[in-house]
Amino acid sequence: MLRIECPWCGLRDETEFHYRGDASLRRPDSDARLAEFCTQTYLRENRRGWHLEWWLHVGGCRRLLKIVRHTDTHEIHAVGHPQDPLTVPMEAPAP
Amino acid sequence: MRRQRTGDRLIHTNAQRAASGRYSAARLILEGLTGHRGWSRAWHKASPRQRYRVVIVGGGGQGLATAYYLATEFGIRDVAVIDKGPIGLGNVGRNTTIIRSNYFRPENVGFYDYSLQLWEGLERRLNFNAMVSQRGTLNLFHTESQRDLFTRRANGMRLLSVDALALERDAVKALVPLVDLDNGRYPVLGGFLQPRGGTVRHDAVAWGYARAASAAGVDIIEECEVTAIRREGNAVRGVQTPRGPIEADVVCLAVAGHSSQLAGMAGFRLPIETHVLQAFVSEPVKPVLDVVLTYGAGHFYVSQSDKGGLVFGGGIDGYNSYGQRGTLPMAEDVAAAGLTLMPALARLRVLRQWGGVMDMSMDGSPIISRTPLSGLIINCGWCYGGFKAIPAGGMATAHLIARGEAHPLAAHLDLERFAAGRTIDERGLGPFPYAH
Repeated sequence: MLRIECPWCGLRDETEFHYRGDASLRRPDSDARLAEFCTQTYLRENRRGWHLEWWLHVGGCRRLLKIVRHTDTHEIHAVGHPQDPLTVPMEAPAP
Repeated sequence: MRRQRTGDRLIHTNAQRAASGRYSAARLILEGLTGHRGWSRAWHKASPRQRYRVVIVGGGGQGLATAYYLATEFGIRDVAVIDKGPIGLGNVGRNTTIIRSNYFRPENVGFYDYSLQLWEGLERRLNFNAMVSQRGTLNLFHTESQRDLFTRRANGMRLLSVDALALERDAVKALVPLVDLDNGRYPVLGGFLQPRGGTVRHDAVAWGYARAASAAGVDIIEECEVTAIRREGNAVRGVQTPRGPIEADVVCLAVAGHSSQLAGMAGFRLPIETHVLQAFVSEPVKPVLDVVLTYGAGHFYVSQSDKGGLVFGGGIDGYNSYGQRGTLPMAEDVAAAGLTLMPALARLRVLRQWGGVMDMSMDGSPIISRTPLSGLIINCGWCYGGFKAIPAGGMATAHLIARGEAHPLAAHLDLERFAAGRTIDERGLGPFPYAH
């Protein structure tokens, strides 16, 4: 069970949240080439390690959160607002 | 001592690698009368040579089947299968052992039914008892709109000459008496049965393919992790391992769960996210369920193994993960769905629970394809449906390697389909792997 510290609601169980995917993706400019949209829509880094991702607090404030979580250990490093410039730690912790 | 000597001789003598001999009832009786001293290793423990025509990375179901069909269907025997651990310990040994071809999209029905046809003749062909049991797969429906959806799916299958039957409530009750048909929220209205669906002993699939591939001349190299993909310009040249470099004309990646890491070594990204799927087995009980049963109002599917344990599973845990273990919220969700469907399950204890890491692709369908690197073939993206597809996936991958062009039943599984707008989205969910 993940415990996520929502900036609005406090510490809550993962069952209140829905995962919404990779938060490191940037939508291309509207005049970008089709290939760039394909890359953003389909291709993923799929990191084994620290991962920047969206979670939606559906069972709480219904706001979108940005989270840095480790995809091996599931440890949560940081939780922030969508506009927060969260960074991914360089070193992975020992599993 | 005598067994050890026999084993060593077989390990080191190439010419004798096929000497493990045919398995048969007569031989079993004979060995039984002589203390079972005549059995030898099922497959030859190979050490890597410097060079092969084809190196397959990943000794799971897909990789071993690919090697077997390369050697036996396409005459390419200069093949190595390498795995970072012992073979068969990834998803081929972690699934819920179900085979079926009850899909909606015609491309999927064609491909998975080809696989089912190969399952039907597999044991004879491999001379290995994989316990293929066509006990039927029954999908329940609980609403009128779900009935329409399943009827459309069944009719689509029948148009392609694949077996599918619609069952009314009474027939469902007769087939699965433990199901609570009159559940207050989701009463069972009927079911959709594929009589040819069923289960296969999963470990035996890995062992059977490994034994048959080894007998056909394939080197199976365990404990040999790929640390880099060797390339020259835009062409693959082989792989790097702690046991030295291995050269190859063709490298095939069949490492579902970690496909993105291997693709990363080769310098490209895949339309894949890695997610955990759990499975469970209960304590053994007397026979209570003789079909594979799928709940229509929650994610739960169950069958009873020959040992008597109920083998069941549900959906993926829901967020990117490489942890080969499950988390409790999904375990609770699966148990709740199971109890709603079959309240008698409450009396059973769960014996084991485990997790495997899935390649969840962007459209929920697998990928058997060339890649941006010339000579590098990829077999990946199986989501949680790779086990049933092992024979067809292996055959199609071997076809692509040997002939240089896609197998006719798997041509739609190429990587280019995403950019070309030809995604095969069985459930119409869009490019969200966590939703498939």
